[in-house]
Amino acid sequence: MSIAWYLAVSAIVFTLGALGVIARRNPLVVLLCLELMLNGANLALIAFSRLWGNGDGQILALVVMTVAACEVCIGLGMIVAINRRRLPIDVDELRELQG
Amino acid sequence: MSATTFAWIALALPLLGTLVIALGYRSLPGRSAGWIGTATVSLAFAAAIGALVSLQNHAPAHRQLTSTLWSYAVTVGVDARASILVDPLSVFMLLVVSGVSALIHLYSISYMGSDRGFARYFSYLNFFVFSMLLLVLAGNFLLLIVGWAFVGTASYLLISFWYRRTTATHAGIKAFVINVAGDAGLVLGTYFIFKHTGTLDFLRAFHATGAGAFGGGSDNGDLVAGCVLLLVGAFAKSAQIPLHTWLPDAMEGPTPVSALIHAATMVTAGVYLIARMHPLFERAPAAQDVGAVIGAATLLVAGTAALAQVDLKRVIAYSTMSQIGYMIMGVSVGAYAAGLFHLMTHAFFKALLFMAAGSIIGALAGAQSLERMGGFRRGLPFTYASFLIGGLALAGVPPFSGFFSKDEILLVTGERGGWHWALYALGYIGALLTAVYTFRMVFRAFHRDPVPEARELERGHLHHADVPRNPITGEEEDADVGFPGPRHAIAERAPPMRAAMTLLALGSIGAGLVQIPHVDFVVDDFLRPSFVDSSLYVTHTRDWMLVMGLALGTALGLAGIAIAWRVWVLRPATAARLRARARPLYELFAHAWYFDELIEALVVGPATAAGRFARDTFDRRVVDEALVGGTTALIRAGSAAVRAAQSGFVRYYAALLMLGVTGVGFYFLLQS
Repeated sequence: MSIAWYLAVSAIVFTLGALGVIARRNPLVVLLCLELMLNGANLALIAFSRLWGNGDGQILALVVMTVAACEVCIGLGMIVAINRRRLPIDVDELRELQG
Repeated sequence: MSATTFAWIALALPLLGTLVIALGYRSLPGRSAGWIGTATVSLAFAAAIGALVSLQNHAPAHRQLTSTLWSYAVTVGVDARASILVDPLSVFMLLVVSGVSALIHLYSISYMGSDRGFARYFSYLNFFVFSMLLLVLAGNFLLLIVGWAFVGTASYLLISFWYRRTTATHAGIKAFVINVAGDAGLVLGTYFIFKHTGTLDFLRAFHATGAGAFGGGSDNGDLVAGCVLLLVGAFAKSAQIPLHTWLPDAMEGPTPVSALIHAATMVTAGVYLIARMHPLFERAPAAQDVGAVIGAATLLVAGTAALAQVDLKRVIAYSTMSQIGYMIMGVSVGAYAAGLFHLMTHAFFKALLFMAAGSIIGALAGAQSLERMGGFRRGLPFTYASFLIGGLALAGVPPFSGFFSKDEILLVTGERGGWHWALYALGYIGALLTAVYTFRMVFRAFHRDPVPEARELERGHLHHADVPRNPITGEEEDADVGFPGPRHAIAERAPPMRAAMTLLALGSIGAGLVQIPHVDFVVDDFLRPSFVDSSLYVTHTRDWMLVMGLALGTALGLAGIAIAWRVWVLRPATAARLRARARPLYELFAHAWYFDELIEALVVGPATAAGRFARDTFDRRVVDEALVGGTTALIRAGSAAVRAAQSGFVRYYAALLMLGVTGVGFYFLLQS
């Protein structure tokens, strides 16, 4: 099987994630879509790892997963905090950083 | 102790007095600040006598001693040391300055007794004495400039001593600005001399000049430029044309200040400077001629201006300018000993005149106008006697001191021959004017019908103004700090004033006797070691010149007194008639030859206009609006643009980020 298929799937997953991040307003869904983007990247890493026959890409994928776990930890923590303060669960409403 | 040690002590004492009074004024009870000030200056005078005695023990050829306290900056090409030069000239000045200062300190204890700024006054006055002694003792150009500038500062502080009088503060600013112009001249002149001689030290610079640092001949361009710039400094400090307009205004200061700074000591610094720099000036005859001509012009202009002033202190101020004109002319034509001799006698009789004037002003509760005076002869007998002695000395009537010193200057001037005869003639015209304006003051203040204040005084009651007023503008004042104190002093009732005036009166009578032609030559002989390298020092004078000069001086002095007697006592209407007949001349004299207006038009007006242009056009339009305003507008516009990108939408940031990464990715793809 050509590497192209793997990369195509990876790109589709990544693009879906990216579109989700941009389009959706629920922070929970935005986090999920971020995970999609990371996993799309992971897929590409592993596919290349197989193509070249060494384990570097797989190790990098493990690192990405670790980072993703951390990021989800923080992201979910923030969502819980937002919820506790009775703030709207909507990223467009949370715009105190406006200059 | 050596002479230099005595000189250092004389220098340190007034500084000590300044510091003690300035730092400890809170814990000094009553008038002790005044007594401390008087004591330090008196001790400085004692040290000056010590220096004199010690110096006379040396052989005449070894009477130029230098002493260095520390080296300030000594490297290749620069030798700046804190060094003093003790020679007969500086010891002479040391004696005159510290002696007269001590007496004026004593006088001030009574005169300023009720002033709220009593301690401040004495710390300033001691600071002045320190500065003046630094000036005359300086052994190099650096210390000379420091002393010169300090003296100007002290003068400023004391002119505007009554700092709530706007007239006084304006006069102080005027004096300071003109003096700084002179300081600039002194510094630039020093530069020219330093450039060629390579040393700041006086004796070395003179030696280098003698050895040909400015070429073999005379009138080297740089030397003349340097000497003329030194003269600018001398003219500003000594109130010579055209830098003289500050001196009449400086009469806003307390009267003892006028006596000390603006008559006896500071304003003679220019005379000292020219005498001290004589090895340079003698190689630059062009600069000497400038000094002589300006001195002669000043003595005439000031002498005529003094005829038409109504403010008593201003008359004496113009008289001071005129007398310093004699001295400047004298030292510029080589009459060094005569000029310095006149400096000494003038210090005595002019300080005495000012002190007596202060006593009259005290009797009038602060008023200074001659219009308000008259008939104080019986009310103020001691003041009258003092004023008369000072006036006779000033008018040059024998055997008072001014007679000998003034005539000697003119004698030496005449002996130079050539066009100096014109200066000689002007000097004698000035002598006649001197006698007239001096006795105009005497007759108007002391003779004629007594004014109410004088009658009150004859009955034993000192006039006291209900509301103190500014003597110039008539504005109402109070007697708090920043204005004169509530009580005025007259010499008849204040022993310190009386003591100081008695001593000065003795000096005014007797000081001339130290140098009588064909009898004794104390000043000549004493100063000779300082002028050993001079080719002009004490030229041979012919006897017929001497006799003619003395006869002419006596005759003109007595004639002037007779004219004044005729105009202001015998026929008091004469003055008004003369005034009406020669109106333009009177206006010319009353406005002091319109120098104030001239300087206003030539210097102050353009400078003000330039300043206004700089403020309104350059500063406001270019700096404020274009440079500062332009920068802020630029930054504000830039930050507004950047701020617009910060919308706060997380999704928008994410989209921008992706767009950016995609753009970068595409860029590299297309590159490869």
